[in-house]
Amino acid sequence: MSERTERLSVRKTYKLFIGGAFPRSESGRSYVVTSSKGDFLANAARASRKDARDAVSAARKAFSGWSGATAYNRGQILYRIAEMLEGRRTQFASEVADADGVSAKKAGELVDAAVDRLVWYAGWSDKIGAVLGSANPVAGPYFNLSSPEPTGVVAVVAPPAGPLLGLVSVIAPVIVTGNTCVVVASERAPLPAITLAEVLATSDLPGGVVNILTGSAAEIAPWLAGHMDVNGIDLTGADPELAVTCEELAAENLKRVLRPPADRVDWLADPGIGRMTAFLETKTVWHPIGI
Amino acid sequence: MTTPLAEVASSPSTLRAFLHGLPGVDRVGADARAAMLGTRSIKTTAKKQAIDMAIGMVDLTTLEGADTPGKVRAMCAKAVRPDPADASVPPVAAVCVYPDLVATAVEALAGSGVKVASVATSFPSGRSSLEVKVAETSLAVAAGAAEIDMVIDRGAFLAGDYLKVYEEIVATKEACADAHLKVILETGELATYDNVRRASWLAMIAGADFIKTSTGKVSPAATLPVTLVMLEAVRDFLAATGRKVGVKPAGGIRTTKDAIKYLVLVNETAGPDWLDPDWFRLGASSLLNDLLMQRQKMATGRYAGPDYFTLD
Repeated sequence: MSERTERLSVRKTYKLFIGGAFPRSESGRSYVVTSSKGDFLANAARASRKDARDAVSAARKAFSGWSGATAYNRGQILYRIAEMLEGRRTQFASEVADADGVSAKKAGELVDAAVDRLVWYAGWSDKIGAVLGSANPVAGPYFNLSSPEPTGVVAVVAPPAGPLLGLVSVIAPVIVTGNTCVVVASERAPLPAITLAEVLATSDLPGGVVNILTGSAAEIAPWLAGHMDVNGIDLTGADPELAVTCEELAAENLKRVLRPPADRVDWLADPGIGRMTAFLETKTVWHPIGI
Repeated sequence: MTTPLAEVASSPSTLRAFLHGLPGVDRVGADARAAMLGTRSIKTTAKKQAIDMAIGMVDLTTLEGADTPGKVRAMCAKAVRPDPADASVPPVAAVCVYPDLVATAVEALAGSGVKVASVATSFPSGRSSLEVKVAETSLAVAAGAAEIDMVIDRGAFLAGDYLKVYEEIVATKEACADAHLKVILETGELATYDNVRRASWLAMIAGADFIKTSTGKVSPAATLPVTLVMLEAVRDFLAATGRKVGVKPAGGIRTTKDAIKYLVLVNETAGPDWLDPDWFRLGASSLLNDLLMQRQKMATGRYAGPDYFTLD
């Protein structure tokens, strides 16, 4: 052994994120992911409808624990995700630069914005109830209180552009209020989504609260839209034709539907609370006074 | 076999010699065979047929301390018409309850064709005197149970007192009169596949109409390899004596995929003659909803949700 051999670098296998684990697609399929310039980046798993079904089961299983956690606790966990993301800033910046073709400086800013977005939503966890809830005056000896409640399992079609900031901006508002979700990541740029899954898996986020599928939205989203155990669907990343198909399928069990935005979204702008309210429903309780 | 089967139980030593003379089970081979059969792909029309067949083989079971007459009546309604929205779903084979709730179930199922099974003999531990076990069996039969699920005395079996186990099964069979007797081996406590084979033969020689894997109270409950060993036993018993005995895996079967694996196992081991509710049952409760959900998925083309099926 006199000659030194050059070390082979160990490459990452990009897999799905379901129920807190990283399985390959049940179908065994994968597809080639390229950079914005067309260079090979990696093979990513191409999820099938059965992966989507498994992800929905995992999300449903996680729902009671996550929605039952205190708002304070959920906020802390979102903040923890932001901490973990910050620690991986360099890795995310390089993945975002590859995927989006932006400069290293711009990519760094986008990662910073994603961290800030998580912190912003983390703060909302125990405040959204104060904004949307109310003590209603009623004509009788009752306290009448309305409070926002999570909808349940939400399917999210992530935006094709903005592989990290756009993704964080659609996941955080869904989970901060207590929903669990199944996310179909950007088909063109799925690698930051899987790296984000590694962050989620190490952030005290219970397994199954966020499940991330990579592959074709046109293939998977209709199965999620038609799934009777999914309670809401965010079609932000769906093209117009897919959005119409999904909305029709979603009608069968009256899912809450968030339609794709009419104009191009600036993910750096102030998001407002619309993405949170889309997947909240109001519960009103009548309680007799004096008991 | 040197001793005719009728005489093997004439003394502790002949019984012991017979049971220990049975060929040993190749554990690795049994596991591999069960795993291999579990990979069979059953799709489309065959899957549809398998789902309906499995529904018709379910012994819908509730064996909780918290069972109430109301819960049993609700379960009986589900047994007769598993999916209220779809009349084409066949009824299940039987409901399985504790002895004190047999009368409630019999009343609720009158005229439906769904049988009432009752556990007996100090279920699930089987730790009581023979008098108590026989009396409990008689009470359940008197209340109208068509099938009795008895447990064997695993303590006696493991201590090598096979004759005691044999005599208890014979006495319980007598107390059953016309009712069918299912003998629960509780394979999770028998430690080895050799013991499962011995207990299967012991139960069949003693007159069991069915051999059943588990109470559902011990983990592991039913597994594919254990069921494989039991299916081989009933097949060989038929060849040796001409008497056909049924098999019932129970406990831990929760998904349609599991249920179909069992059907494949039956077909490939005992043969298609056993693919009938008279000869094969699945002891389960949550399995039925999964079967119904899969059935609905095949009919509507969309994944079904548990919100649309009854809780049990």
